[in-house]
Amino acid sequence: MMEALVASLGEVFSASHLVYMGLGVMIGLLVGIIPGLGGIAGMALLLPFLYGMEPGLALGMLMGMVAVIPTGDTFTSVLMGIPGSSASQATVMDGFPLAKKGQAARALASAFLSSLCGGVIGAIVLTGFILVARPLVLAFSSAELFVLTLLGLAMVAVLSGDSLFKGMAACGLGLLAGAIGTAPATGEFRLNLGVEYLFDGIPLIVVGLAIFALPEIVDLLIRRGSIAREQTSLGHGWRQGIRDVVDNRGLVAKCAGMGSLIGTIPGLAGSVVDWLTYAFASKTAKGEKHFGQGDIRGVIAPESANNACACGAMVPTLLFGVPGSGTAAIFLGGLLLLGLEPGVSMITTHLDLTYTIIWSLALANILGAALCLMLARPVAQLTRIPFVLLAPVITTLILFAAFQATRSLGDWYTLIAVGAIGLLFKQAGWSRPAFLIGFVLAPGAETYFYQSVQFHGMAAFLRPGVIIILTLIALAFAFPLIKRLLQRRQQPLAVGADVNRQTADIPVPTFGKIDLVLVVGLLALAAGAWYDVSGMSMIGGIFPMLAIAIMGTGALLAGAQAWKGQASWVSQPIGQPLVWLGGLLALVVVASLLGFISTAFLMTLGFIRFVARARWSTAALIAIGIGAFLLGMQALLNLHYPTGWLDATLF
Amino acid sequence: MHAKPKLSRMPCRRWWIACALALLPLFAEADDAQPTPDTLTWTVPFGVGGGTDVWARFMSHWMAQSLPQHPAIVIDNVPGGGSITGTNLFYTRAQPNGEAMLVTSASTQFPAMLKDPRVRFDYAKWTPIIAAPTGGVVYVQPRFGQETGEILDNLREEPTKFAMQTPTGLEMPVMLAFDMLGLAVEPVFGMRSRGEGRLAFERGEAGVDFQTTSAYFSSVTPLVESGQAVPLFSLGVMNEEGVIVRDPAFPDLPTFSELYLAQPGASRDDVAYEVFHKFFASGYALQKLLLVPKQVDAKLLAGYRAGAKALTTNEDFLAAARRQVGPYEPVVGEVAARQLASAMELSDARRQWVVDWLKDRYGVRVVTR
Repeated sequence: MMEALVASLGEVFSASHLVYMGLGVMIGLLVGIIPGLGGIAGMALLLPFLYGMEPGLALGMLMGMVAVIPTGDTFTSVLMGIPGSSASQATVMDGFPLAKKGQAARALASAFLSSLCGGVIGAIVLTGFILVARPLVLAFSSAELFVLTLLGLAMVAVLSGDSLFKGMAACGLGLLAGAIGTAPATGEFRLNLGVEYLFDGIPLIVVGLAIFALPEIVDLLIRRGSIAREQTSLGHGWRQGIRDVVDNRGLVAKCAGMGSLIGTIPGLAGSVVDWLTYAFASKTAKGEKHFGQGDIRGVIAPESANNACACGAMVPTLLFGVPGSGTAAIFLGGLLLLGLEPGVSMITTHLDLTYTIIWSLALANILGAALCLMLARPVAQLTRIPFVLLAPVITTLILFAAFQATRSLGDWYTLIAVGAIGLLFKQAGWSRPAFLIGFVLAPGAETYFYQSVQFHGMAAFLRPGVIIILTLIALAFAFPLIKRLLQRRQQPLAVGADVNRQTADIPVPTFGKIDLVLVVGLLALAAGAWYDVSGMSMIGGIFPMLAIAIMGTGALLAGAQAWKGQASWVSQPIGQPLVWLGGLLALVVVASLLGFISTAFLMTLGFIRFVARARWSTAALIAIGIGAFLLGMQALLNLHYPTGWLDATLF
Repeated sequence: MHAKPKLSRMPCRRWWIACALALLPLFAEADDAQPTPDTLTWTVPFGVGGGTDVWARFMSHWMAQSLPQHPAIVIDNVPGGGSITGTNLFYTRAQPNGEAMLVTSASTQFPAMLKDPRVRFDYAKWTPIIAAPTGGVVYVQPRFGQETGEILDNLREEPTKFAMQTPTGLEMPVMLAFDMLGLAVEPVFGMRSRGEGRLAFERGEAGVDFQTTSAYFSSVTPLVESGQAVPLFSLGVMNEEGVIVRDPAFPDLPTFSELYLAQPGASRDDVAYEVFHKFFASGYALQKLLLVPKQVDAKLLAGYRAGAKALTTNEDFLAAARRQVGPYEPVVGEVAARQLASAMELSDARRQWVVDWLKDRYGVRVVTR
């Protein structure tokens, strides 16, 4: 092992390797920063050069790219509330509120430093772990994976804010949305309303954009001003961000460790690890907590975990040829093209190559994060620009990102439809993460449940691994209770004060007209969806029915709470947001008729001149920039946009 | 060491070429009248990094070298619907100008044969340039025994599981084979790749598993050597007369056909065997296909086929291909066209037989047009 380690370190630090890795890092950052592209686009850029390259160098380039994708996407998550990829969804939760507080530089600095530490810790853990990982990966059967998805779903309780019932309904809706498409057990189509676009299910990136980014844009447009409400010194924020990571080094280490170990479990990794660590941080954090409103620990936790997770995902990829995440799947394709077959040989005869991969990951993480750290301060300036100037740019970016999901107009219409749900959720304070977690975990929960019952029958739930994980879930929920009990016993005098503080802490559930619309709408949806799946076979229809039940129960309970007068009635304005959403819908319709590039150009020009009331020269400059970006991406990555009649004649 | 400077200069040049290539489509339209396009666009209806994508990228490298004009080949991935989306798109959009080509795989061929309602394309409108066959091996847990006869008897007695992707995917002929041998093997669906199926086998959840040749060599051979798996039968390969014979990669392993035909009363004319044969031909004997629209200029098509033919005698290519797909000769030109035409024509009665078999035996409902 030591020989291989030394040999691979020599390889990693050789000049040619560093050059190629640097190239990979640059490409990875580029496609990571642009939302919607991620690993697939980066790989498409690299693949044509891979075949015939010397494997060591090609691996360096590949690893450089793979490593920094979860780093680069932090920019849009923090600055614009756009989750660049599934690995950075939890970062949006607190990163964007921090940007709104004028602390974008702090959030970015913390995020990148945590990414860096996470990546390095992940590589260190991996170096030893990969040698013994085989039996552990094999110990995770479908039953254990199913219980892990349950653990992920349990996070909804932590993340659903002031109303558990609304969170439950939101999660149920997410599960139902995730069940659209094909039943994994029978291959039956379901819930697709006969629309061909829905046969494949809704793409995750579209849901992420719709549920997080769209409502934020509308909100900012209504509020006017810039993203940052308060102006603070960026330089100070940057140093503060570094200090935050140093202060929370324990959290960084724990989350990175969790990330790298969970990453090794194939089929689950990337999608849950950021939420799992986010929930972990919000549960265990000491002192004042502002999770969801801009707590720096809400940025540090997922960011230290996602880069470590990318390292961990190499274990099943290299040992079994079964990719642990979306990016790893692409990496696997690169390996095969290089003529490298994953398997046991990766820890026997090719151990040096494996260590080259792992240490390239670590080095690329350091390089990528250091570059981003330098960029953080200047890029954070964006949050001080009046938002009306940014809005057309961000809107174009979102439409660009959404359309890359399946390259069909369905992506845009789904974006608007789910965006409407996101908007209603945001205005009424329903948990958007609960929806997203339900959506992300739906396919896993269903497939693994069905498979574990098929493979093991009811004995699936008596497996030692399953019992261990279930105990952990129970402990995680019981731990705060036990701790509180112990504290009470130790300080019997303080009991009264404690109870007082607690009642003040529990927020009173609220209810308003949007809640009413949502409750009625969800119940109607439940009836319609039930009708759709009622004709299916038992194993094909049972999961959507379960989702409907969860959603319906949550909505009913939330409604009942208000009916009995337990919730305080609040006014929930919705007119203006809906007008903006209507505007976006109009934009999408025009873009599909005229073509995306010309519409984006004209919209930017008009919006900046007439809504933002900037000079013609400013408007033209920004519009030309957008046009150049779209054309450049089209040429570089062989992308396609909707070509209406105007684009078809112009470009 | 002396090779280093050359290596570092090469990619630089490649980058320039790539940038130029990326811009090419912008100017290429005027060249339609010319017989051989400078740029070929291969539509791959699968995601980047998947098996078919890797094969397409591998082939694009060699085809570009083999064609006299050395055209640039751009791979356009259009994933979705298990390859149906991208293939539909190619069917409606591709011009027969020789520039547009399509790469398909078993998961494109099977839905077309079963008349999946989403399929709008028609293989009869396309013609193959080159096809890559593959073989595959079924292997079992050692507890079922070491000898073929013993294993088969035990598998008939003791129910066990087989981890599959979808009922109508690549493993369907394998599942049919189990049923035709009377084995008590029950499928568990929902694996996202054949690799996940192998993982279920290694965990002991599945008693039998199946891998295509290249994956078998890289991942199952070590298991066989360490006594954790026993190979049972290969699917075989198809010779030029369309008869399934022993796989050159596994000369010592009986084929499924041998085992089936050795059963009393079994013959090649059985409906089940005919159905197996059809799906084997389109899914394995011609697993990966490079296709062009049939109306393509005859000279152009002949040029492409000559390029493909030249590859079959190119030792460097054959050595590289052996590593990628196993020791199988690529099928080119008219032979491929004939085999494809015969494989893809599945009579309505046979199709109904498959639908009924899936429904009665496994409770799976398949919708056909």
